[in-house]
Amino acid sequence: MATVTKDQVQERVVEALASFGPDVSQITPDATFEELDIDSLDLVELAQIVEDEYGVVLKGEDMKELKTVGDAVDLISARAA
Amino acid sequence: MKRRVAITGIGAVTPLGVGARPLHEEWARGVVGIEDGAGWCRSFEPSEHLSVKEIRRLDRFAQMAVVASDEALAQAGWGSGEDAPYDSLRVGCIVATGIGGISTVELNHDAMRQRGAGRVSPLGIPMYMPNAGAAAVSMRHGLRGQMYGVVSACAAGAHALGSAMRMIQYGDADAVVAGGAEATLTEFGFACFNALQALSESGVSRPFDLRRDGFVMGEGAGLLVLEEMEAARARGATILGELAGYGSTADAYHLTAPEPTGTAAARAVSMALEDAGVDPEGVSYINAHGTSTPLNDAAETAAIKRALGEERAHQIPISSTKSTIGHLLGAAGAVEAVATVQVLSTGLIPPTLGLEVPDPELDLDYVPGETRRLVPANGGPPAALSNSFAFGGHNVSLVLKGAE
Repeated sequence: MATVTKDQVQERVVEALASFGPDVSQITPDATFEELDIDSLDLVELAQIVEDEYGVVLKGEDMKELKTVGDAVDLISARAA
Repeated sequence: MKRRVAITGIGAVTPLGVGARPLHEEWARGVVGIEDGAGWCRSFEPSEHLSVKEIRRLDRFAQMAVVASDEALAQAGWGSGEDAPYDSLRVGCIVATGIGGISTVELNHDAMRQRGAGRVSPLGIPMYMPNAGAAAVSMRHGLRGQMYGVVSACAAGAHALGSAMRMIQYGDADAVVAGGAEATLTEFGFACFNALQALSESGVSRPFDLRRDGFVMGEGAGLLVLEEMEAARARGATILGELAGYGSTADAYHLTAPEPTGTAAARAVSMALEDAGVDPEGVSYINAHGTSTPLNDAAETAAIKRALGEERAHQIPISSTKSTIGHLLGAAGAVEAVATVQVLSTGLIPPTLGLEVPDPELDLDYVPGETRRLVPANGGPPAALSNSFAFGGHNVSLVLKGAE
């Protein structure tokens, strides 16, 4: 499998989160899920997308630690590498 | 003495348009909202009313419930948060559905079959659960009193209003936002109702007509704002009418067919009249369940005669809203209550559309042809009955009165 860059992951995560409701301009690496009104149900959907896209399985305990968009991108990039 | 229940807001999404106003106006003009064999809400565009997040998290039936509730609460002149006229814990919410979020079930079932159990959406259950409409309306408007869904097929919308009425009368709430919503126009929905041979093969809804051959399915929502009468008056609300009586029984006869003599259905009508303190002479209009199925329209006619007496039954104009929008299943009772409020407030009784060939067995005045002026049967505000019957044997009758 081709290497996935962090930028690619970032782009895909932003796209997914934007489809859940928040405006794309708000979805910065520092933005917290709380600020974006992204809840646990959205994160389960994000995990499904990430698994389809990169084969990375994110479990409930992984997701619980995530506070910001950047946290999620870091975790997914690290696991996908 | 019982607390009285005022109606202060009505909202609807129907095949005749988004809003309560087109429901009565278009119907009175003789417009039929049925196209291609069903009553589609073609003018309902969720993005005109709801955020991206709300749209993604609500099945179509709950989206329609929310939009109808927005309209009803706006008409009631009801602010939100600190501007709301009641303590939010004293405001209930009951939203009925016959089926629930069937399109969500279908999508997720497809996802499971095609891509595995792990690809079912976490939003599946909260979107298709039958109480999702009530939950969505409660959350949208911050209603924190008793809140639940009601499930009794095609009588559910009327049960919701009856339950809401009792909630206020008993003192458990000072106001309730109540009604029903349904969005079952899916491949699976049509397949299932077709298998039952309940749907009209001709695709025409013509209640009480000799040629009637089944109901035409429709989608939509109807929501009403109900308030304790004295509280509504004290806050200066415009009173549109009164929900004055509720009666409900069961046939205990057959899974889908109504009991043909209409005995239990008649009892529901009588109970509603007794509850409202209205005698048969005081009834000025009946909004029939009138589905356009051979069995319902006959059993309902029998029930009306049994409850009101043969002579009085012949004198009261009866029309069916299903002749213009089709059968909205769990939303029907609520949408038809909205229409009945409009009949009482405008004094205009829209006709049973499509009724051209009378059935010799059905000899009441079903208002064929043109819209007719309501003639109040007594001195005070006119009273009307709205009937709802359902698969499973549910019978509900409501008495609504015009504003004083």
